[in-house]
Amino acid sequence: MPHSIDPEFTALPLNAIADAVLDRARELNVEHADVRVERIRTADLALHDARLETSHDNDERGLAVRVVHDGTWGFAGGAVIDPEAARALVDRAVEVAKVSKPVTGERIELAPEPAHGEQTWLSAYDVDPFTIAEADRIALLADWSSRLMAAEIVKHADASLKQVRENKFFADLAGTVTMQQRVRLHCQLTALWVDEATGRFESMRTIAPPVGRGWEFMTGGYAWDHELAQLPEWLAEKAQAPSVEPGRYDLVVDPSNLWLTIHESIGHATELDRALGYEANYAGTSFATPDKLNTLRYGSDLMHVTGDRQAEHGLATVGFDDEGVAAQTWDLVKDGTLVGYQLDRRTAALSGIARSNGCAFADSPLHVPIQRMANVSLQPAENGPSTDELIGAVEDGLYVVGDKSWSIDMQRYNFQFTGQRFYRIKSGKIAGQVRDAAYQSMTTDFWNSMAAVGGPQTYVLGGAFNCGKGQPGQVAAVSHGCPSALFTRVNILNATREAG
Amino acid sequence: MTTIRPQEAVDRALTASKADGCIAIATHAATTNLRWANNTLTTNGVTQTLEVTVVATVNDADGTKAASVSRNLTSHDEVDALVREAEAAARTSAAADDAAPLPDGRTSADWDDAAVEAPVAALGGIASWLGEIFQTARAANQGRYGYAEHSIDTVYVGTSTGARLRFAQPAVRLELTGRTSDGSRSAWSGKGSADIAALDLAAIESDVARRLAWGERRVSLDAGRYQTILPPSAVADMMINAYWSAGALDAHEGQSVYSRAGGGTRVGEHLADVPLSLRSDPSMPGQECPPFVVAGASSRMSSVFDNGSPISPTEWIRDGELASLIQTRYSAKLTGLPFTPWVDNLEMTVPGADGGVTDMIATTERGLLLTCLWYIREVDPQTLLLTGLTRDGVFLVEGGEVVGAVNNFRFNESPVGMLKRIVEAGRTEETLAREFGDYFTRTRMPALRVADFNMSTVSQAS
Repeated sequence: MPHSIDPEFTALPLNAIADAVLDRARELNVEHADVRVERIRTADLALHDARLETSHDNDERGLAVRVVHDGTWGFAGGAVIDPEAARALVDRAVEVAKVSKPVTGERIELAPEPAHGEQTWLSAYDVDPFTIAEADRIALLADWSSRLMAAEIVKHADASLKQVRENKFFADLAGTVTMQQRVRLHCQLTALWVDEATGRFESMRTIAPPVGRGWEFMTGGYAWDHELAQLPEWLAEKAQAPSVEPGRYDLVVDPSNLWLTIHESIGHATELDRALGYEANYAGTSFATPDKLNTLRYGSDLMHVTGDRQAEHGLATVGFDDEGVAAQTWDLVKDGTLVGYQLDRRTAALSGIARSNGCAFADSPLHVPIQRMANVSLQPAENGPSTDELIGAVEDGLYVVGDKSWSIDMQRYNFQFTGQRFYRIKSGKIAGQVRDAAYQSMTTDFWNSMAAVGGPQTYVLGGAFNCGKGQPGQVAAVSHGCPSALFTRVNILNATREAG
Repeated sequence: MTTIRPQEAVDRALTASKADGCIAIATHAATTNLRWANNTLTTNGVTQTLEVTVVATVNDADGTKAASVSRNLTSHDEVDALVREAEAAARTSAAADDAAPLPDGRTSADWDDAAVEAPVAALGGIASWLGEIFQTARAANQGRYGYAEHSIDTVYVGTSTGARLRFAQPAVRLELTGRTSDGSRSAWSGKGSADIAALDLAAIESDVARRLAWGERRVSLDAGRYQTILPPSAVADMMINAYWSAGALDAHEGQSVYSRAGGGTRVGEHLADVPLSLRSDPSMPGQECPPFVVAGASSRMSSVFDNGSPISPTEWIRDGELASLIQTRYSAKLTGLPFTPWVDNLEMTVPGADGGVTDMIATTERGLLLTCLWYIREVDPQTLLLTGLTRDGVFLVEGGEVVGAVNNFRFNESPVGMLKRIVEAGRTEETLAREFGDYFTRTRMPALRVADFNMSTVSQAS
């Protein structure tokens, strides 16, 4: 690993803070205590028509103390990073626990985790994007925007780049002390066509995924030149495309779209805190309740879905989670059957599971860790077909590329997605784009209709920077790998007709 | 605890600035919260921070450049470093199209007042109440789930043109979901307020209990278009989407539902047959919000150069006609429309409307009554078609009374298109949007009866 942890972060009095917190926690007779010190640097750029519109850098620093006192949670966070302030936060966390006592109907116990001693972990990247001058980042986005705008069809072009470097220090009473650094970025470009006379407009966006990588992704880690060259052509075709005829179609879903369907209909549905009702007031619960473990037919026999916090360049990849649990990989759906969940130490203990699989995460030092999504990925079929071969097997259907709109109900049954491009398939061949299409289904109906899974050559790691959950709201980045796949008889809606 | 006062951070930043222009925004944020599920606490917290944003503007041959940098601060030295960072970023940035002279300076009378805290003990009353309703719920074989938050952001804005502005924004939010132990029925109620003492806790619990009781009889309905009563919370979620999409720049460029065929915006066009008003006002009683622009970064609907500009009451829709769009001074110049910046509250009123959901039920021959909407996302920006789900209680109303709970639906509807199908409105009341209430807490909405609301497909969620 060519990098080292940000020296500004390691210069903080981290060990003294850990000692102060854990000593004070022992004095106050807490059953559990952990402390996190974090620095999260973010940089946002947005250009419109190749002109800078947004330039904002953020540097969030702070520390958080979490305790279990008298069987009750207590949490306090603040921005002052020194031992004295850290010690005071322990007192505040215990105060919160005392105020919360009337609301606590069960003693908080956590699944055990071995002490890991002192550990350091860095994500896999080549070039820290914060070493690239803002002028150079703007110049690249402006150049790419200008390329799009050179096409007659493109009336406007938007470009955005968000980059993050996240440092976390963690220590707990059990003896785990971790120091971690992760880097990620997400760049998108969108071309817009407007017919001023009729008022119609259409857009076409790049499908480059957000990645747990550095600046190298911008300069050679993705086929930017190809996609930027094609975007106006795709947009022009969409502008002239016929409106889709609603009905049932066989649907080939590209990984650039399927990742989001996996995220919503499998990723969230297999979070144990949801299945136990923790999110009933907000993000929702799950139809995949624990009584269905090892029996629920989630999908066809072809379906093998894993959870992991270890995939290279994965956005949810870590060395250790925010409860000091070492990163792992496990099965969620095997041969079409629900076989696992994503866990933190509390939900594991509640369900009698011996060990958490390491899905605790807090997006800020001001937020308490909750169970967040691992990288949840559909495994490709060994020696499976290419995307062209999947399309070739369809007599009359659609092929969808790129994500756009998404929505799913509070128990993860009914979903509806759109895409960047929908293509008609006729007699095994692409027959031009259609517009206004959305696909809608029930989760288990959809996955049970999966008739073919693409091979490893179709596998792409997609993902999102902005997965929301929890109250107060928290945002997490997560990756989803998947191949192309074929689904039969999927309900296709026409968005224009839906509008009435 | 922070060790530097917000006013000191602002003054220090402006003094340290060597750029052509400087804006400093210090936000002291204090919050306490409780979260519970299945009749027990799941998380809680108390936090306090001081975040300072420095916007530096630099004039050179290319034009005026701007960049903003934010950081949690605790010392004077950190302020100096932040200013240098913002200036360095501005110098290497690109010219800003929205560049404009910073507004003339004004000083708030309460500039010297301290930031407001959110004491942990403030949630003590809610904790005690929860302990009581948990007992009742357990006895009824039900669970209670929810969240209570008390937060106060005190924001201080200073500019190199002399502005020194302060605003303290208290926000209290309480949400309660009730579920039967078998998960077959659920109900939700929520309230937002500026004052924790103003929350009627008993009313929230009785609303949940009443809706759970309505669900004892189940009725299955197919997808289709139904006359639907949207309570104020559901109206708020739809109208927040209509408001968020009302950026003047997008409308001007032909890429929004507010763009006019042939060019320009739809300002002046009739959107609703009912003479409704959709408006914002920083001094709206009980919904007060900053009466001046606070913009940490420029975007499609905000400009750092507008920081400190006064915000006046704004009618977005007047008598059913689109009257204003969200503007920066830059977009106002482009569109030739008045400068009507973003305001952090929203109210819909309908002249002569009276009564509430209960009254609407009583006059309904047959229709649906919703509780709230969820997972609302844009499907088609051309029409602002949104999709989403009904949640935690959809009820069939027949002959003036609720006759049972109906399955949930996925809807596909446009909040703008919907305005022309309003057949009845209730009185305007404070409400909390179920989905977007955590970002946009200050809303006053009526219940609406809407014809042909598009319930596109059935959802099995219960």
